[in-house]
Amino acid sequence: MFLSPARGRGQVRGLQALCVPPHPPSPPLGERRKNRSMDFEALGACFTTAACVVTQTTSGLIVGMLLFLVAAGVTLIFGVLKVVNFAHGTFYMLGGYVAYSALNVTGSYTLAVLAGALAMAAFGVLFERALISRVYGSNVLMQLLICYAVVLIFDDLVKIVWGPEFHAMGMPPAFQVPPLFIAGGVVPPFYAVLIAIAALIAIVLGLGLSRTRLGKTVRAAAINPQMVSALGVNTTLLFAIVFAIGGGLAGLAGALAAPVRSLSPGMGFSILIESFIVTVIGGMGSIAGALVSALLIGMVRGFGTIGFPKFTDGLIYIVMIAILLTRPQGLFGRRQ
Amino acid sequence: MRERPALRDALIALAALVVVLAIPFVHRSPAFEDFVIRVSAMALFATSLNLLVGTTGMVSFGHGMFYGFGAYAFGLLMQMTDLSLPVAAVLAVAMTTVAALVVGAICVRLGSDYFAFVTLAFQMLFYSVIISWQSLTGGDQGLRGGIPRREFFGFELTSQLNLYQFCAVVAVLGLLALRHISESRFGRTLRMIRDNEHRAAFLGVVLWRARLGAFTLAGGFAGLGGVLAALFVSGAYPELADWPNSGQAIFAVMLGGIGSFLGPTLGAMILLALNDAVTRVTEYHGLVLGLVILVSALGLRRGVLDYLRLIRSRRVSSREVR
Repeated sequence: MFLSPARGRGQVRGLQALCVPPHPPSPPLGERRKNRSMDFEALGACFTTAACVVTQTTSGLIVGMLLFLVAAGVTLIFGVLKVVNFAHGTFYMLGGYVAYSALNVTGSYTLAVLAGALAMAAFGVLFERALISRVYGSNVLMQLLICYAVVLIFDDLVKIVWGPEFHAMGMPPAFQVPPLFIAGGVVPPFYAVLIAIAALIAIVLGLGLSRTRLGKTVRAAAINPQMVSALGVNTTLLFAIVFAIGGGLAGLAGALAAPVRSLSPGMGFSILIESFIVTVIGGMGSIAGALVSALLIGMVRGFGTIGFPKFTDGLIYIVMIAILLTRPQGLFGRRQ
Repeated sequence: MRERPALRDALIALAALVVVLAIPFVHRSPAFEDFVIRVSAMALFATSLNLLVGTTGMVSFGHGMFYGFGAYAFGLLMQMTDLSLPVAAVLAVAMTTVAALVVGAICVRLGSDYFAFVTLAFQMLFYSVIISWQSLTGGDQGLRGGIPRREFFGFELTSQLNLYQFCAVVAVLGLLALRHISESRFGRTLRMIRDNEHRAAFLGVVLWRARLGAFTLAGGFAGLGGVLAALFVSGAYPELADWPNSGQAIFAVMLGGIGSFLGPTLGAMILLALNDAVTRVTEYHGLVLGLVILVSALGLRRGVLDYLRLIRSRRVSSREVR
């Protein structure tokens, strides 16, 4: 507080902004009483109407899937390299900004998303080689320090390059169509596509890790990197690949999220903490755990905004504490 | 004096206090006095964190909770009751200590990575409570209306000079107490746990009890720092308990030196001075701060004070070889 980091305090924390669809307006819950922090009545009412359940589930899925993309990178990097990447939110932010610029240049949303993901994959490798590889095996606080420095530097660089103001990427023209109505609930088509892409990536990632040679090597390196190295695998390359995948996923999430929420310097900050919650709840190093807990957090957010508009964050921390106290290794984690 | 470290520490503290208190009589500078007040709060905060990080080897990401707790407890006590200022401060610290005991009792048995994240979760839960409990805490606006700085023993904290003297005295006494703890038998036990917890357990140390003791004490001293912070800003804000604030404390510890008692204090000074200097020149202070941290972390690979001590011990040993 004494250092008063110049972050917009007014901005909506986390992915909360996504929970209420920006357009079209959400039906009756729009009138919910904002001044109360607990509103079980509204929550109960929501569960009785299919429309509300569908709308909130969709927004919960969106939050959860985007969180999964970011958290998958965090958990993969931790699983293999035992590095807690505190700079992962920066990848997410830069992915969004790169996509924003690429869209302005090419005019193609697909190319913009690809640019965001690929640029961040490259950035991930650069970050790993130039900085993180120097502090492997050292104190976790040293890694924290390096990552936090990177977060500070890139928050300001973004301000210099793109300006401190909020940017709106705008919905791609193909999706500027009336929303779908499923059982009376509002589902914008872009949301449906987002969820589908994220689900596809979850499947590809899961299959890639369990079936392919690279995936098996990655899993082996997570258990015993010395042995993998002794068996002739180039672990330096492997670690760089892991960072590329993690960075690429975060960049992809940033680029995909850009049309539904505004871009601002410091946006990586809030997603970082949520992706850590997801990683820790799911069990550090477990992709399946990341998926389940990301969806769990997404749902708490989706429905929490109705029942506890002001205490959704608090609810998530309570969930996290409760899970960790009953299962300290996380839902899918291996016992240490 | 070599045999009596406690006396030596007390004399050093006294000398430092005399120098700090003498400065305003030679030269008054409001900017410098503000700086010392802020350093005193942050030094207590960072040094108490180092009791966990450096001495016991427990990395807590949620230490800001107790800083914020102390500030809010003190602010609310002063606003809602007629207690005198020192009584309210002591009560606020006591309440913070109890809060740390409760949180610690839940957390200290967890493995190190999970300990870090659960303490962070508790801090964020506390932050959410502050934000949502508007009727008590003022929500995201913070505790407004100012904290009445009631006079005590003819001491008027509304004057900047008196606040400066008060903060300096409290901070030096607090640091001295922390020093005493870390040099005591208990402190040595904590260091043994840090270095080899199995050996410590084998020798009969009850690990969780020692860790809980360290966590509780650290929380209490962070609360004392929070009291000073609340006095300085005359209020309490949710940012005090937010996680970037915990990050600042970790920073101060790492920047100054995890292995030296005065490291975190030096780190707090560097961080605040750097921030003040950089904000005067450019609005991009994050960029400059980040670069400084990167260079110092990768260049020195340890805190400033630890680095200086390393160089000194190298010189001494090379002389002995000759």
